[in-house]
Amino acid sequence: MPLLDVQDLKTYYTTLRGAVRAVEGVSFQVEKGEALGLAGESGCGKTTVALSLLRLLPRAGKIVEGKVLFDNADIVNLTEDEMRKNVRWKRMAIVFQGAMNALNPVFRIGDQIIEAIVTHEPEVSKKDANERTLKLLQMVGIDSSRATHYPHEFSGGMRQRALIAMSLACNPDLLIADEPGTALDVIVQAQVLKLLRELKAKLNLAMILITHDLSIIAETCEKTAIMYAGGIAEYGNVVGVFKQPLHPYTQGLMAAFPSIKAARTKMASIPGQPPDLFNPPSGCRFHPRCPYAMEVCKKKMPELKEVSKDHFAACYLVTKS
Amino acid sequence: MTQDIVMKVENLVKWFPINVGFFSSIIARRQLNVRAVDNISFDIRKGEIYGLAGESGSGKTTTGRMMIRLIDPTSGKIEFQGKDITTLSDSELKPLRQKMQIVFQDPYESLNPRMTIHDILSEPLQVQGLGHDEKQVEEKVHKTLESVDLVPPEEFVFRYPHELSGGQRQRVATGRAFVLNPEFVVADEPVSMLDVSIRAEVLNLMSDLVEKTGASFLYITHDLALARHMCDRIAVMYLGKIMEKGPTDKLVYEPLHPYTQALISAVPVPDPLLKRSDIVIKGEIPSPVNPPSGCRFHTRCPIAEFPLCKEKEPPLNDYGDGHYAACNLIGTAKWQKSSPTT
Repeated sequence: MPLLDVQDLKTYYTTLRGAVRAVEGVSFQVEKGEALGLAGESGCGKTTVALSLLRLLPRAGKIVEGKVLFDNADIVNLTEDEMRKNVRWKRMAIVFQGAMNALNPVFRIGDQIIEAIVTHEPEVSKKDANERTLKLLQMVGIDSSRATHYPHEFSGGMRQRALIAMSLACNPDLLIADEPGTALDVIVQAQVLKLLRELKAKLNLAMILITHDLSIIAETCEKTAIMYAGGIAEYGNVVGVFKQPLHPYTQGLMAAFPSIKAARTKMASIPGQPPDLFNPPSGCRFHPRCPYAMEVCKKKMPELKEVSKDHFAACYLVTKS
Repeated sequence: MTQDIVMKVENLVKWFPINVGFFSSIIARRQLNVRAVDNISFDIRKGEIYGLAGESGSGKTTTGRMMIRLIDPTSGKIEFQGKDITTLSDSELKPLRQKMQIVFQDPYESLNPRMTIHDILSEPLQVQGLGHDEKQVEEKVHKTLESVDLVPPEEFVFRYPHELSGGQRQRVATGRAFVLNPEFVVADEPVSMLDVSIRAEVLNLMSDLVEKTGASFLYITHDLALARHMCDRIAVMYLGKIMEKGPTDKLVYEPLHPYTQALISAVPVPDPLLKRSDIVIKGEIPSPVNPPSGCRFHTRCPIAEFPLCKEKEPPLNDYGDGHYAACNLIGTAKWQKSSPTT
């Protein structure tokens, strides 16, 4: 039984120009202690998926269809109160994108973490919350004497660590990390990713890692889902997807990624632009950029099908052969 | 060999003074400086793509801007085509600006939203006094658009930047840099704002243009994986100093400096089966206001020898084939050759 089972999730944003179909039929599972990497270009709906899981969508956004089964209970229909009391932070927590801006600049780091604990677990005394905060900070490699410091006294990497500590404040089962490495320097980024890997092993955390950097997923996750224009193009075990990418989009993305270790080649790119989600292309949303597009691709959206064990792709080219 | 050096920088220094309040200036008495660039030297050959890599705050952008005199250096010498341009006045620089251009990081900020693509591309011609013949200008603009793959040009000339995607904008910015047939172009993180799938095409376009025009190119980046694919030679900067420089393959496969070794091992690799060695560097880049004494890297260096590294600033030594590194410990027992990379 997977910890998180997302089934055919659809999230739309209503705007004056019409509905933006940001997430269109996304399904995936995450087991306990497993990390899923959600990859894709900007605007492909990765963050919207994360916000849908936590039901933190902005007012214009709405889950139109689909189920989010967390520990076998559908959380799409929970009330806001139930969400806050039982799910957010205690079961599922998020590390938001942009460590630089996610902390409140006028409160001490420690107090911000205490606030998170007390809000979600009102029965905990202030003293216990303080103790727990110091332990959390130590766990992510920050000296506990720095709990009384303000965010501006922390460097970028330390702020990211503090945010991770805060997200773990109520022992969640699932941690969602939205672009945890961006805006950090390579060395600091490597340190943060190492921390996430260690925490995952130590606390048996399930993780969803959202990033546009495929190499981060290769290093941190067991599973990956490659998103394109609101849908999942390819999904499965990391080794399978990276070693044998099936979907033309995944193949293009891999070719566009230079590896410092591989031979020096000319980088390839995917022609064209990601589509406008007000008016997505008919059929397979990738067909205008796809080098192998066929007639059928323009007409019907391909389904995500299992091609080999633990390896799914949504492409007619693959499922046909 | 020396003939085809287009751009040469010698002992270049840039300190930005920090403004402090009146009272603290009385107490401190000492003028504080951000030592953005501290005594660096390198040269760029004709038709070469030279990479300047480093973490944020290492001084790479300041260096790039100084080289085309957008910022005045504190001291040192900049030589362009054998001519010292360090102290030229603005009016003396103007004819040279034709030969030196820059592509900025963010194409969403660097194009004037109120100008059409035609205006953006023809402005450099007007400024340089080459824009009298309208027909010629138009032809030049069309040619430039073709050279950056914005075809057909008629479709783009009357558009505004907001009608273009990020990748297309960066092509316009590249076109603007190349419209005057420059001999030296600086590109400051030209693709860091672009999506992964279109990064490659902008970079390929740039290297094609370099090949076609024979211009020299300074590519500033924090991404060593991209630098490796683009550049002929790379210099790695740390806190305003060059730590190591040399031909790309030498630097990537046989890095000598512990910092370069760490930087390369920290670059994530898109291969789930490859287990890379653990990162050994702790902490973050120190403040350039008060950089560490001796070797600037000693506070984070995994093999630092005390008190040697704290006291002695290592010179940039030659290790053959144009490969230079600044480390006190290379060749000693503590220093390790980096493990083979594949």
